[in-house]
Amino acid sequence: MKPVKKALGLLSLSLIIFSASCTKKDASTSTQAANVMVGEELIFGEFGSMTGSESTFGVSTHKGIMMAVDEVNAKGGVKGKKIKVVSYDDQGKSDEAVTVVTKLLTQDKVHVLLGEVASSRSIAVAPIAQQYKVAMISPSSTNPKVTQLGDYIFRVCFIDPFQGSVMAKFALNNLSLKKAAIFRDVKADYSMGLANYFAQEFKKMGGEIVVDVSYSSGDVDFKPQLTQIRDKKPDVLFVPGYYTEVGLISKQARELNFKGVLLGGDGWDSEKLTEIGGDSIVGGYFSNHYSADDQNPAVQNFVKGYQAKYKEVPSGLAAMGYDAAAVAIDAANRATEMSTKGIRDALATTKNYPGVTGVITINDERNAVKPAVVLKVTGPQKFSYIATVNP
Amino acid sequence: MTKWTFWVGTFVAVAALWGINYSLEEYANPYIVRVIINCGIALILGLSLNLVNGCAGQFSLGHAGFMGIGAYTSILLTTLSNIDFFQSPMGIGWAVVAGGGAAALAGYLVGLPSLRLRGDYLAIVTLGFGEIIRIFFLNMEFIGGARGMPGIPRESNFFWVYLWAAVTFIFMYRLIRSSTGRAILSIRENEIAAEAMGIDVARYKVVAFVISSFFAGIAGGLFAHYQGFIDPSTFNFNRSVEVVIMVVMGGMGSFTGAALGALLVTLLPELLRVFAEYRMVIFSASLVAVMLWRPMGIMGHKEIWHFFKKKGEA
Repeated sequence: MKPVKKALGLLSLSLIIFSASCTKKDASTSTQAANVMVGEELIFGEFGSMTGSESTFGVSTHKGIMMAVDEVNAKGGVKGKKIKVVSYDDQGKSDEAVTVVTKLLTQDKVHVLLGEVASSRSIAVAPIAQQYKVAMISPSSTNPKVTQLGDYIFRVCFIDPFQGSVMAKFALNNLSLKKAAIFRDVKADYSMGLANYFAQEFKKMGGEIVVDVSYSSGDVDFKPQLTQIRDKKPDVLFVPGYYTEVGLISKQARELNFKGVLLGGDGWDSEKLTEIGGDSIVGGYFSNHYSADDQNPAVQNFVKGYQAKYKEVPSGLAAMGYDAAAVAIDAANRATEMSTKGIRDALATTKNYPGVTGVITINDERNAVKPAVVLKVTGPQKFSYIATVNP
Repeated sequence: MTKWTFWVGTFVAVAALWGINYSLEEYANPYIVRVIINCGIALILGLSLNLVNGCAGQFSLGHAGFMGIGAYTSILLTTLSNIDFFQSPMGIGWAVVAGGGAAALAGYLVGLPSLRLRGDYLAIVTLGFGEIIRIFFLNMEFIGGARGMPGIPRESNFFWVYLWAAVTFIFMYRLIRSSTGRAILSIRENEIAAEAMGIDVARYKVVAFVISSFFAGIAGGLFAHYQGFIDPSTFNFNRSVEVVIMVVMGGMGSFTGAALGALLVTLLPELLRVFAEYRMVIFSASLVAVMLWRPMGIMGHKEIWHFFKKKGEA
């Protein structure tokens, strides 16, 4: 009989805990999907990886968001209401992200959610934002799946496949090179998306794909495929992979005496790229979200303001965090009704908003239509701004 | 113990769970409910690892791997299969059991060769196993790969999680008082002496390991169907360490200790949220403090009721 008594003891204990938590109950939980009106202040809920192995992502984004919010609050806020930011750390874990978003939505009762950087964590929390009908804006989750999870989910960055068409346009228009080879990573969704859209756009604009081969992330020897590529003599080689493999590929390609130009996507954006690839990668081009060297006044004002506030050069993630908050503020300004639904509807009609990372328009799929920048690898850990490619 | 009181007791307990579950869903704040359920899942994890790390005296570092196997097996049945049977709330229960079964099988396969090793070797083998499992999931495109697997039916709730937590606790409590349990304990106390007394050390180690893996798989299945989303990084090395912390902090070999450890490891970081970026620092410092003042864990080898009994009675 003992264990049963113990179980009952446990139960009564949990009953006590439960009755304690119950006292915090309030009316709005039973009508969770209600349209919440904005009260005294407009509350933004931010969640990100402030600690853990990806803490630089969360911290940079947070700085960008705070800068945008502080600027608006200094000018008196949105329609006379100050903005309050509640931010929580998810340690880069998807289950923690779900927990903190539940807290933001049900305890802090935020009106807009800002986050996450990583696509997997945005995918994890999107159904919850959708359930409570609060608009969520991801600053930099590029996986196409994120915004497909509901009509309250937005993003201010472009999606993966778009970079493929950007690099195709760049190769044809800016470099005037017409023969391309593709070397894709079959294991990464990201790489496949970029490669497919590159091929499509390149052919449509009159270019020729001479060879399209693949590797798997984690490979170290690429010479068989690279020999095949070299023999077809393409002018450009599009490698939409991550920096580790790209570095090795460029090294082995030069060893095989391949002369073409290497192109890639934002998976190249790491100081490790030149560490691994050495001189072989210098002269390659890749697409990215933003460059601090861009001479556009919007970018330069942001860089100056950011440096004054935080004493460092803003990274791409900081710029996108800034834009995510700025787009939310713009939507709140335009909203016909200051409520969660009103802000969501205003967000969906965002058109030609002049952000730091380009002019942002939100399309029917709630993705941002905006330009990408092309950077050139010029030396060890040095990427310089070359061009802006519009969609 | 009469059969009659046993069944009435069980019935009342299940009905009470059901009642609490209903009231939680109706009236409580969803965030608090979430924390309570996270505690329940941690309880199952902590109690199951305690059997290997605490009672059998082995050192396993791969609990997250078994949890991952349970999670992915159960979502294969509920989310990716077309069998209607598994789509109903009751069916989720079966899928969770299947997840536990798969984890137990994996535990058997890993345990069979590696439990013949002694000491630190097992830690290294289980650590390696956990990483292999994670990387295996990472490379399986049909279960979402690195991007993760969304759209899992959110069917596990307070009722299921705490029913399993209670089952785990009672099972462990009964087990350790059986002849199998005594054999497992004797391995911890002195492996050579146990062998000399005629105990098949390797066999009982595997038994403990398989049972522990089974409940880890159950926890994984419940977790997956509570989150509605899983990705391989959820089951990384850090989660294994988290479970080890629960056991070590609570007291190795004490089931109420492991339960207390599980509650602390889950609740403390939530309660410390007010400290923002310093919360993990404070959390770690409190762990260090516990280890300094009570190196044997909060409970040591004792169960909670030992503290309330008069001397000599225990």
